[in-house]
Amino acid sequence: MSSEIITSSGPATSPARVAGWQRRSQWGLAMRALRRDKVAVAALVVLVAVTLVAVLAPWISPYDPLVGDPRARLLPPGTPGHLLGLDGQGRDILSRLMWGGRYSLTVAVVPVVCAALLALVIGMASGYRGGRRGEAVMRVLDVVFAFPIVLFAIALAAVLGAGLVNTMVAVGITLVPYMSRVVYTSTVQESAKEYVEAARAAGATDLEILRKQLLPNVLSPLVVYGTTLAGLVIVLAAGLSFLGVGITPPAPDWGVMTADGRQVLLEGYAHVATVPGLVILVVALAFNLLGDGIRDALDPHKQTS
Amino acid sequence: MSAPDVLLDVRELRKVYRTPAVLGRGGSEFVAVEGASFTVRRGETFGLIGESGSGKTTVGRMLLRLLDATSGYVEFDGYEVLRLAGPRLRDLRQRMQIVFQDSGSAFNPRLPVGEQVAFPMRKFRLHPESEIKSRVVDLLEHVGLWADQAQRYPHEFSGGQRQRLGIARALAAQPDFVVLDEPTSALDVSVQGQILNLLCDLQDERGLTLILISHNLAVIQHMCDHAAVMHEGHVVETGSVDELFGAPRSDITRQLLDAVLEPTAPAG
Repeated sequence: MSSEIITSSGPATSPARVAGWQRRSQWGLAMRALRRDKVAVAALVVLVAVTLVAVLAPWISPYDPLVGDPRARLLPPGTPGHLLGLDGQGRDILSRLMWGGRYSLTVAVVPVVCAALLALVIGMASGYRGGRRGEAVMRVLDVVFAFPIVLFAIALAAVLGAGLVNTMVAVGITLVPYMSRVVYTSTVQESAKEYVEAARAAGATDLEILRKQLLPNVLSPLVVYGTTLAGLVIVLAAGLSFLGVGITPPAPDWGVMTADGRQVLLEGYAHVATVPGLVILVVALAFNLLGDGIRDALDPHKQTS
Repeated sequence: MSAPDVLLDVRELRKVYRTPAVLGRGGSEFVAVEGASFTVRRGETFGLIGESGSGKTTVGRMLLRLLDATSGYVEFDGYEVLRLAGPRLRDLRQRMQIVFQDSGSAFNPRLPVGEQVAFPMRKFRLHPESEIKSRVVDLLEHVGLWADQAQRYPHEFSGGQRQRLGIARALAAQPDFVVLDEPTSALDVSVQGQILNLLCDLQDERGLTLILISHNLAVIQHMCDHAAVMHEGHVVETGSVDELFGAPRSDITRQLLDAVLEPTAPAG
């Protein structure tokens, strides 16, 4: 954040004394703290691995995720050649999981990032010298809080119609009030602190205060919250797909796969729903644990030089 | 017009907080400062005394235009402070700085302190960019810190060190007037003495005019030439410190003096 300012400064007059002034940027320190957190590192490894597999799916998946062999329906995990078994239409579950990551991860990350950007604008504009107008905006968002988040997403998705993009739009809109609230609260909190007054006394404009003083302080709770939300969103999007208002079959989305498995669940073929369900669980958990790790890593008091 | 040796002339300064009426329920008013008037001479240290909630901090903020006054008149070196705007207000801000009471929140927790001390220098274009770092380091060493501490974050400093940083940041703007808002009340006694001595030295060296806001009469007596006593938003008495402490005219001043446990100057 601040590194641009530092690196742009010209040659120092006394290099020995001013050397290394700004090597320790906030994010650099946070990365170091994060690396010491074993749980967070493990979560990050899981997420990176899942992402890589999803990206590389066209090259590494053993079978076509959409084409099944009707004669080999519902074979259990461990079947030779089909490590995780086959689903109701005889499609290889491992291949479908690999391809499914493309849908599920996109649906988890894109809406969170978009909602976060929107929330930064809404929250900071309302929270910084927003006064009664800012308060009014937050009260309007409170109306949205009155709806259970899942119900709200289902209603939106039903209105917008199924499909990948519509699912992301529905989920994104659902998240905006929650993220705006986080930004608003920390903006109000931070604006009251004296370092903001000090910046004003030093002639900083409102825009400079927002960008340089408040943004770094508002961003870190938002990053933490967003990471944790990504875990929730995976489950939410899977739920939408499960209900048929999200991503539509035969796309190998994890939620769609879980829904497929429901039909044969009671016939003794539990693996069809359980395997994608476990993947959703693991990825959602990884997002949550990473969020916790980032929160600790971004706390200046817990960073050490 | 004020006398030439008067740097700051404050007249009938007023701050009222209004809670607006909502849905027919009437709003309420809270008068934080009611008609505060005093003058500060060039190069002196002027004390603002009063218990918590007496409005002294509010006065300090209004003088620096960190808080909008409800009404009143403030003249600083011929400028009508409350009417300035835009670039002329910015020019004035460079001359008027502040040191805060709570050094814990006075610095952005996510920026290295050197960066924060450098900010006024950059903002007011006081030095070419290539000189900024060494200027910051000079300033840190001047207030009793070390050069390599510039890259550290606020939480890595003690309260006394952060107060030194606060002073360094105020001086970075090269002001001629500084409001010290309870600069030592959060510090333990020995550190208080060091900070006060540092302020005295800097004042002599740079010819600063200071307003010292404090509830600690010993500090005021040690530091100030003149002072104003505030109580519930009113200035109840102004005068030289000797007069105020030797022959107080108002009951409030007398009460403040009686409440002092040990009326000796702090160490140092």
